[in-house]
Amino acid sequence: MEHGPRLGVPIERTGALLVAWTDEQNAALAGIAAKAAENGYAATRRVERDELYRLEPHLGAGAAAALAVPDEHIICPFTTPLAFATEAVANGVALRLGAAVERVALAEGAHVLETAAGPVVARWVVNAAGLHSDTLDRLFGHDRFTVTPRRGELIVFDKLSRPLVRHTILPVPTATTKGVLVAPTVFGNVVLGPTAEDVPDRTATGTTAEGLASLLEKGRRILPELAREEVTATYVGLRAATEHADYQIAFHADQRYACVAGIRSTGLTASMAIAEHVAEGLRDAGLRLRRRDAFREIRMPNIGEAFPRPYQEPARIAANPDYGRIVCHCERVTRGEILDAARAPIPARTLDGLRRRTRAAFGRCQGFYCLAEVTQLLAGATGEPPASLLRTP
Amino acid sequence: MTTVVIGSGPAGLAAAIELRRLGAGRVVVLERDAEPGGVPRHCDHLGFGVRDLHRVLGGPRYAARYAALAERAGVEIRSQTSVTGWAAPMELTATSPRGVETMVADAIVLATGCRERPRSARLVPGTRPAGVFTTGALQQLVHLQHQRPGRRAVVVGAEHVSFSAVLTLAGAGAETVAMVTEHPAHQTYAPLAWLAAGRRGVPILTGARVAAIRGRDRVDGVDVADIATGARLAIACDTVVFTGDWIPDHELARRGGLAMDGASRAPRIDQAGRTSARGVFACGNLVHAAETADVAALGGRSVARAVTTFLQTPSWPAPPVYVTCVPPVRWVAPGAIDTGEPLGSFRLRVDEPRLDVDLVVAQGAREIWRRRYSTLVPNRSIRADVGGSPALQPEETLIFRIEAR
Repeated sequence: MEHGPRLGVPIERTGALLVAWTDEQNAALAGIAAKAAENGYAATRRVERDELYRLEPHLGAGAAAALAVPDEHIICPFTTPLAFATEAVANGVALRLGAAVERVALAEGAHVLETAAGPVVARWVVNAAGLHSDTLDRLFGHDRFTVTPRRGELIVFDKLSRPLVRHTILPVPTATTKGVLVAPTVFGNVVLGPTAEDVPDRTATGTTAEGLASLLEKGRRILPELAREEVTATYVGLRAATEHADYQIAFHADQRYACVAGIRSTGLTASMAIAEHVAEGLRDAGLRLRRRDAFREIRMPNIGEAFPRPYQEPARIAANPDYGRIVCHCERVTRGEILDAARAPIPARTLDGLRRRTRAAFGRCQGFYCLAEVTQLLAGATGEPPASLLRTP
Repeated sequence: MTTVVIGSGPAGLAAAIELRRLGAGRVVVLERDAEPGGVPRHCDHLGFGVRDLHRVLGGPRYAARYAALAERAGVEIRSQTSVTGWAAPMELTATSPRGVETMVADAIVLATGCRERPRSARLVPGTRPAGVFTTGALQQLVHLQHQRPGRRAVVVGAEHVSFSAVLTLAGAGAETVAMVTEHPAHQTYAPLAWLAAGRRGVPILTGARVAAIRGRDRVDGVDVADIATGARLAIACDTVVFTGDWIPDHELARRGGLAMDGASRAPRIDQAGRTSARGVFACGNLVHAAETADVAALGGRSVARAVTTFLQTPSWPAPPVYVTCVPPVRWVAPGAIDTGEPLGSFRLRVDEPRLDVDLVVAQGAREIWRRRYSTLVPNRSIRADVGGSPALQPEETLIFRIEAR
C-alpha cells in the first residue's frame, strides 16, 4: 500500500461490503470471514441489515447482511502498470514496444528473440505475455496450458452517480465467479461489472448487447438509482484464464526461462508480490541479482480524485499557466498535463495512450468538446500528423 | 451588483447584453473555451440570427457578432475560465491560467448548453476503434482544425443536426453511405433532407438502429438491425457519427443541488427562468436541449429581465405548481409555474410521431388549454403558446398530454 502514493499512483481506501442477498449467502458469510482470518486477514466484520442500509442508503431492497472488508482499496488501472514501466525505464530497462515475439532461438549463453521490431538477445527470458503467454511458452518447447480469455464487460457511470455508493459492493462469490460488483473508481465514477464469459478469440474486446443488458439488470437490483444516471463508457477486459485454477509460474534454470502466466483479475493486486516471488525464483535458478546503489525514484502525474489535480493547485498554475488551461472539461484535464504526457519518459503516442495517461476525452462527452483540440495538441507535441492519431484512412 | 453568467454561447451572451442594457450593473461571463461564442463557432452553415438579430448569418460570424455586441455593451467576458464547482450557494470556484479563484455573485445565470449523447452513453455494442464521433467533435475537427474525418461515413440519427453532419462530411470529402434512425421517417424539413441527403442518394434506414460497431484500430463497418424484424445489414464504413440525442450540460446545476427535471435532465425552471435555488437562473439549451441558436438567445434575453427584477427586489417565489407530461410527450419546459405570472410559452418533445392530434394542458380534470397539431415529429421542437393567467390549483401538477382527434 505504501508504494502507491510514493509512485503517484491514485489509490483510495473505500472498503468493501460483501452483500448477502439470500439466506444461503447470509449463511456463507461466516465461512468467508473464517477463510480470510485463516489467510491472515482478521479485520472483516459482520454488518447486520440495518447498519448495512445506513452505510449504503441507496442499496437496492432485499439485502440480508454483509461482511465488511475495511481494507479494500481502489486503484488506477492505467497509472499502475505505467508507473512500473516508467520506474523500470528510469533504472535502465529497455522497453521495446510493437515487438511481438515471433521466434525464439535457444543458444548457449544467450537466447535470440526474433521480434516484429528486430532481434533481442537475452541471457534470461521471463514470459509475462498475458493473453499470449501460452504461445510464447510453446516457443520454449512447453505445452502445459492454453489461454482462453475470459471476457469481462463493464459499464462506467457518470461522475454524478458517485454519491450513490461509498464502498465497493461485492456479491458473495460462487465457485465459478466473483460475480458482478458495483464500485467507485479513482476517477470519481461508478463502475458496474464484470461479466464473465470464455471466448476463443484473444482479440474479442468488443462489448455485446447481451452482456451490457445483463449488467444493467444486475445493477438495477444492487443500486436501483444507477439506472437513472448517464453512462460514460463501456469497455471490455480479457482475463488471461487457463484451464488451471492457479497461476502458471515456473522456473527453468536449464533454459534460463521463467513463465509467469495464467493470472486473471488478481493480477494488479498481486503484481508486487508476484514480482518478488519471481525475483526470488530467478535468483534460486541461478540468475545473479545485485542491488542497485542508486535506484532512481519516479513519480507519476496524479489523475485520481483523492489527491489534488493540477487544475486545483494555484502554485502549479502560477508556475505554469498551462495547468490552468482546462482542455478536457468533463475530466478537467489541462493543457499542461497533455503536453507532459506527450513528453513523458514513456510518452503517449496515440489518443488512446493519452486518454489512459491523462483522462482527456475519457469523460461523459467522449470528445464532443475536446477531441479536436486534444488531437491537435498531441499532434503538435509528438510530431504525428492528426490524421494518423485519428487513424484516418 | 454583480451577475455572473456561465457560458458564452448565444443564450449566455444574449442574457449578458440584455442585463447591461437594462442597467443591471456588473455582468461577468465565464467561458471555459479560449474564444466566446459557444457551439455556433463551429457550425459553418447559414441560418443563424433570424429571430434574434433579424439577419441571416453563418455560425462563426454569428458567434463573433454576439461577442462584439457583448463587448460594446460593457460585458466582462473571461475566457479560458472553467467553473469547477460551488464554494457556497452564491459563490463559484473557477480555474483559469490566472489561477484558482472564487467569485461571489448577486445573481447567477447558468447557460451551459447541451451536448450529444456519445456512442457509449447510447450503449452501442462492439469494438472501440477510432473513427467514431459526435457531430460536435466532427464539426470541430473539420471547421476548426481542418481535418479530414474519413471517407465513408454512417450517420446515426436523422434529425436536423444529422443532416448538418452529412453536409460537414461532404464538405470534408467524406461520403455518407447511410443514415440510420429508429423512427419511421427522418425528422427534419424536406428541403434540408433533400439538400444534404436526397440529391446525393444517401439512403435513410428507418426503423433501424446500429447494433454493433466493427473494426480494430479504425472502424471498418457497422451492423444495422431492423427494429421490427431483427434483420441485420452489414455496412462497410470507416467513420460513424452519432448525432442529436441531446442532453443538457447539467453538471454544475446538479453539483449545486438544483432541483432537476427527470425527463429532460435539465434544471427545473419557472417561466422566468428561476431555478429552485434563490438567485440562480438558467436559460438556453441547458433548459431545452436542443433548440436553434436564436431561440436560445431569445431565452437568454428573457431571463435577463427576470434577473434585473430580482436584483431590484430580491424575492424568490416557490412555484406552487409543477409541470409534467404523459408519453408520447417526452419532456416539457419550463417545468414549474409561478402563478403570479402569465403561463407564457412552453417547449416540448415527443417520443413518437403523431398526426392530427390535440395537445392538451390540464390540471386534474380541468382542461386549461387545447390546440390541434397536424404533425408532431420526434426530435423536433414543439412549441405550445399556452399563455394567459388561468387560476391554477396550488400544489396540483399541470399535465401535458396528447389526445387523438
